[in-house]
Amino acid sequence: MKLAYWMYAGPAHIGTLRIASSFRKVHAIMHAPLGDDYYNVMRSMLERKRDFTPVTASVVDRHVLARGSQEKVIQNINRKDKEENPDLVILTPTCTSSILQEDLQNFVNRASQDTKADIILADVNHYRVNELQAADRTLEQVVKFYLDKAEKNKTLFIEKTKNPSVNIIGPCNLTFHGQHDIAELKRLFSDLGITVNVILPEGASVYEIKELPKAWFNIVPYREVGQLTANFLKNSFNMPFIDIPPIGVTETANFIREIEKILTQQGINKNFQEYIDLQTRFISQSAWFSRSIDCQNLLGKTAVVFGDATHSVALTKILSQEMGIKVLVAGTYCKHLEPWFRSQVSEYCDEVLITDDHNLVADMIASLEPSAIFGTQMERHIGKRLNIPCGVISAPVHIQNFPLSYRPFMGYEGTNQIADLIYNSFTLGMEDHLLEIFGGHDTKDIGTLTLSNELEWDENSLIELKRIPGFVRGKIKRNVEKFAKKKNITKITLDIMYACKEEGNA
Amino acid sequence: MHSDQQNLNNNSLKFECETGNYHTFCPISCVAWLYQKIEDSFFLVIGTKTCGYFLQNALGVMIFAEPRYAMAELEEADISAHLNDYMELKRLCSIIKKDRNPSVIFWIGTCTTEIIKMDLEGIAPKLEAELGIPIIVARANGLDYAFTQGEDTVLAALAQSFGLKSSNSKQQQQVGQKTSSNLILFGSVPNSVVFELTTELQSFGIEVGGWLPAKRYTEFPTINEKDFVCGVNPYLSRTATTLMRRRKCQLIGAPFPIGPDGTKAWIAKICSVFNKPTIGLDEKEKRVWKNLQNYTQVLKGKSIFFMGDNLLEISLARFLIRCGMIVFEIGIPYMDKRYQGAELAFLEKTCESMGVFLPIIVEKPDNYNQVDRIKDLEPDLVITGMAHANPLEARGINTKWSVEFTFSQIHGFTNAKNILELISKPLLRKNITGKVFV
Repeated sequence: MKLAYWMYAGPAHIGTLRIASSFRKVHAIMHAPLGDDYYNVMRSMLERKRDFTPVTASVVDRHVLARGSQEKVIQNINRKDKEENPDLVILTPTCTSSILQEDLQNFVNRASQDTKADIILADVNHYRVNELQAADRTLEQVVKFYLDKAEKNKTLFIEKTKNPSVNIIGPCNLTFHGQHDIAELKRLFSDLGITVNVILPEGASVYEIKELPKAWFNIVPYREVGQLTANFLKNSFNMPFIDIPPIGVTETANFIREIEKILTQQGINKNFQEYIDLQTRFISQSAWFSRSIDCQNLLGKTAVVFGDATHSVALTKILSQEMGIKVLVAGTYCKHLEPWFRSQVSEYCDEVLITDDHNLVADMIASLEPSAIFGTQMERHIGKRLNIPCGVISAPVHIQNFPLSYRPFMGYEGTNQIADLIYNSFTLGMEDHLLEIFGGHDTKDIGTLTLSNELEWDENSLIELKRIPGFVRGKIKRNVEKFAKKKNITKITLDIMYACKEEGNA
Repeated sequence: MHSDQQNLNNNSLKFECETGNYHTFCPISCVAWLYQKIEDSFFLVIGTKTCGYFLQNALGVMIFAEPRYAMAELEEADISAHLNDYMELKRLCSIIKKDRNPSVIFWIGTCTTEIIKMDLEGIAPKLEAELGIPIIVARANGLDYAFTQGEDTVLAALAQSFGLKSSNSKQQQQVGQKTSSNLILFGSVPNSVVFELTTELQSFGIEVGGWLPAKRYTEFPTINEKDFVCGVNPYLSRTATTLMRRRKCQLIGAPFPIGPDGTKAWIAKICSVFNKPTIGLDEKEKRVWKNLQNYTQVLKGKSIFFMGDNLLEISLARFLIRCGMIVFEIGIPYMDKRYQGAELAFLEKTCESMGVFLPIIVEKPDNYNQVDRIKDLEPDLVITGMAHANPLEARGINTKWSVEFTFSQIHGFTNAKNILELISKPLLRKNITGKVFV
């Protein structure tokens, strides 16, 4: 057993449902107790979807526990087949059904005899994989299923398109800024003269799957979902793929150069260098921003980055390569991507942290006291408690991270968005500097800036603390308290403050 | 149950039962309001990532405020019994005791502990003795219960065990002191509501002996034989049963104090049991209704459809019918006709006096069929969960998110306004959005 009240990645079935509900005309039936259909709430509220979430439960109740599901699952599948007329029904096991060990595959086999829809059982083990791994697997499973089917029916398209074309594999429901990234990627490919063949699974029909091999190559914009599918397509159809997330000026350029390479290998000589130059200098403001006075003030500031592998890697590289910010720790909760993560960030940060325990992350941030944090909603709240600004760069997120306005993280417009996010997260460069010179405009009260209330401040020391400009007061307060604790002092007086200052701590 | 039905008129309310394929919150969500209500408690939910993920998302911002609840997340080794449940729970509860020092730990059993038959009730007394801290076990799982029924399982567990283990002599003393007319109210409501309902009864000469649950575990009332008990929430049937059967208490079956009509009926029923006159109660109700006029004018003649997910539906429907609304359907997860008997009778009476048809009550509704019926009936307002709210709005149907009624203050005379504010908001908004839609 593990004591926890917060987790970065959700349970496996959420990943399967994210894939299922991203396709058009695919229905998921969860084998789950009442109340486990919470995914529907998340999709409806966070993404503000106008359609009913195509997920229903075949409810596991006391009767099922006693006698087994018997005909119930089959009836539910048949019923959905008639009501919604889906192309595919994905039977989704949950933690509950994986312990019941019912033969769900048998239900699938029997149900498919009477349904118009195809039926598959999502092959994910609740206790072995998390949301992201399950999404990756389910997508691969669906793709394999339909490519096999097409091969049997001899309807597979293996002939390449006339013009260079690409499949975008991985974006799905509840992907962090996913819709915006897709739009930006489409724009990028249209600029490069490359046709987008299939986007999978977001908005796709399962009938498009057989057309996947038509594309010249695949891209996997998010490291977490799509790798398995891209690998499978590479092995089966010899399709090359790019798995560099095109986030940030440098990585976007690398991404485009990769495309150039792939096209050359396939006999089309293109030179995108001029395009990269133009975009970098005129469309993206980020490169210019790096050279501007504002960014100078960011030089040498410290940051901690934590999130999923894709975004954490991208932000670490941007902060360190493009903005001259010192990344103290880069971390991810995607434990299964550890080797890739380390290989990407190790030269851009002091330390790498791989954990899914938010308490470890909180302690790390509290001890390092960076000037800014880039993380998930959890890190934002940690930052709030410590009075350290935080920019949200990765799921898990709240509804405010599903913005209505255009906010891609990828491509050249993405670089602008990220530059804004980074700049606004640090106490504004020049303003900070001026405040320091002029002693600061003092509006902040001495709030609850500490995490502990064990220490008492006497009257004089409190008055002195009030004199310290607001924007550094929290830090000084914490430093004095640390100093006092080290010396086993419980009441802080003026003398203690000065002693601390003398030691060079405040 | 047959005789209960006969208590209501014969050509009366129609009850139907569908497939039970509906959306509701998992009953473990009760920790969200119970840990806030019982200030010295700690709730340990013994379940999987699925449970944790639900709580994390459903509780939203509360999560970040160092809540007094946590998951004991079961891993593969727990499921396959490679680890010893007793040792594991002891380890976690020791940490909780050290870090938080609560007066009581609640273990919330889940679907998983049910299926693997983890003997929580057996382990708890042993650990209680070892750690020196009371442990209450409640099985609030999705196999058996919906949403607010989670509170019912917790309160029933409390009703069963609280005060039993404290020395018998002390209890007997109290029995001697108190007369058999001690009144204990059950149901978790915010402290201001506790205050209001208590003073309301006091003004008619009735002393409330205590509330289950109280603000702190250490302040819970002792429950004695022959004590009168009365519920304030419609979903507490197990608690009521436990109090009657295990503790030999006398249940006062009354409509629930939701809406001025319900509050009046609730007070009147309690007063009648204690033989207290209710001078001025009618006038008080009338005054409240007068103050609600601004809202009732908006609601009059509007139709409403309850999809059903929190068991407050009967009381809310009864109040809204009294406000002049027309109720098409009352969906409800579970209908205890005995515990809600007085409320059902009151609903019938209200329909009769308002001259409207009796709504159909649909137990264990089927959301898919309901959406079909909603398309046919085109009600002015649908009370529904968040899973359906946005899709219905996109189809031009006004909705109100049902969970808000669970988290808002809705009991007593003064809070009737809150309910109507919630109900009228989407109807008033329609005036704006209706014009903008192309």
